[in-house]
Amino acid sequence: MRDARGDMRRPLGLRLWLSGGWLALLVLGAVFAPVFAPQDPLAQDLFASRLPPFWVEGSEAGYPLGSDSLGRDVLSRMLYGAQLALIVALVAGTLTCLIGATLGLIAGYYRGWPDLIISRFIEIWMAFPPVLFAILLIAVLGTGLSSIIIAIVVIDWTRFARVIRAEAMGESAMDYVASAQVSGRPRFSTMLKEILPNVVPTIVVLLTLEMGIAVIVEAILSFVNLSISTDSPTWGSMISEGRTSVHQAWWVLIFPLFALFLTVLSFSQLGEGLKDRFDPVLR
Amino acid sequence: MNGYLTVKNLSVSLPNGVRILRNVSLDVAAGQVHGLVGESGAGKSMIGKAVLGTLPHKIEITGGEIWMDGVDLLKLTPKERRKKIGAIAALIPQDPLTALNPSKRIGPQITSRLVEILGWSQQNATARAIELLEQVHIPDPARVMRSYPHELSGGMRQRILIASAFAAEPKLIIADEPTTALDVTVQKQILKLIAHMQARHGTALLFVTHDLGVVSKVCDTLSVLYAGKIIENANMRRFFTRPIHPYSRALLAATPTYTNPDSLLTSVSDEIVEGLANEIHYHDIRNTL
Repeated sequence: MRDARGDMRRPLGLRLWLSGGWLALLVLGAVFAPVFAPQDPLAQDLFASRLPPFWVEGSEAGYPLGSDSLGRDVLSRMLYGAQLALIVALVAGTLTCLIGATLGLIAGYYRGWPDLIISRFIEIWMAFPPVLFAILLIAVLGTGLSSIIIAIVVIDWTRFARVIRAEAMGESAMDYVASAQVSGRPRFSTMLKEILPNVVPTIVVLLTLEMGIAVIVEAILSFVNLSISTDSPTWGSMISEGRTSVHQAWWVLIFPLFALFLTVLSFSQLGEGLKDRFDPVLR
Repeated sequence: MNGYLTVKNLSVSLPNGVRILRNVSLDVAAGQVHGLVGESGAGKSMIGKAVLGTLPHKIEITGGEIWMDGVDLLKLTPKERRKKIGAIAALIPQDPLTALNPSKRIGPQITSRLVEILGWSQQNATARAIELLEQVHIPDPARVMRSYPHELSGGMRQRILIASAFAAEPKLIIADEPTTALDVTVQKQILKLIAHMQARHGTALLFVTHDLGVVSKVCDTLSVLYAGKIIENANMRRFFTRPIHPYSRALLAATPTYTNPDSLLTSVSDEIVEGLANEIHYHDIRNTL
């Protein structure tokens, strides 16, 4: 039994290590960007434009991953871009999770009119195409880091609310909730102490997934020039710039794209791995 | 009628107006065991849920009175009702697999109610939990209290639920088919245990089941329920010697026996069922207790 369980967990452990490893690397890179970055991410040098990465002939020391068409160092811009991506992921992800999960829990447990109101809002929200909605919101709020975060929270809280509502409904039908109610436990306390611990694994998965999505949304908005500001180094704006010169300098597009891909993948895999740690049956 | 729990003319309805309990009346005397038998879907569990205030979403009490400890619960506000029920009643649920919170250890599940709702000290509550787990014959209670529900067998979990139900010395316990989810050998032990605990603590017990054999072993009085109506209220001896209603007689006749292994299994005949349908719709059912 113990052996079988050990077998079941091994691949999940690897998953946790790989995704956690990449994210840890990213956090280190972002925090120590001023130390690691070989160049100023905004400094332009037209004499050093479109330098290839270090292993290709014609590369120059000080530009390990090459430079873009304005002569800005790709690695430095990626490191500073990681700062922005991680701030957006953590802050927007957490806020979305808090708001969405709270509303979902209330709707699923209390049912009745709170559910009616929250569910109608979810349905209305789902009718908006999310990217268009984001662009609209940014147009109203203006560009900037906080607008991006607000836009993500406003758009994506339904993702949490829907799933947690369904989970809370399922848990509410269980006998242990009836027992808690019979024992005289107030409704609110039943929700927090009996139901919440059982939806935490789902919340964790959704939270990490949402962090990945936040990174993507930020990149999408940067791509259409609606992110923080036109000259701040974000992965999305790098991808957008790299796209125009992909035949002359593929590295400007490929490196930030790869970083984005790995980060989003890592967030979702981290969630899957963590879920089992929070589930007493699988733990 | 002056029992510890008295249900008078209770009606419960679905949101579309269909009544799933119709003018149900029954009486559980202090310290006595009252059986509630009926087929699947007769509304047995609904009576228990109505009394304890745990009816599913949108199913509502539409008439009648529920007297518990001299108070009509339906005249109280929901908050007062929850408090009253919490102070004097407890539930032994049907399915031990879903009746314990899967993400909490056993110990806190028994003690948190005593500590947080009834204001005991943690020490006293823990001592009480261990004492009760010993009473339900759980080996090594201290270790069990540190376990998660999924680490224990169904029989063990049902014992824990029984211990937990008796923890705060309730005056009334509703056992909602406490043995149906268990296999037959465990069923017998659990039944014995419930009867033993009931006698030891002097608790009034409403025992919901579909098994007449179980009723005959543990109950003092019983009600037979069919399609949301009480067909017969009786005390045990009278019921098993002279059942009055034809449906009760047919039910008793359908109980398989060990003494005559060649006898065929009988079922309740269509005639009786049809008679029941007419009776329920067109006649007033008299209580025969």
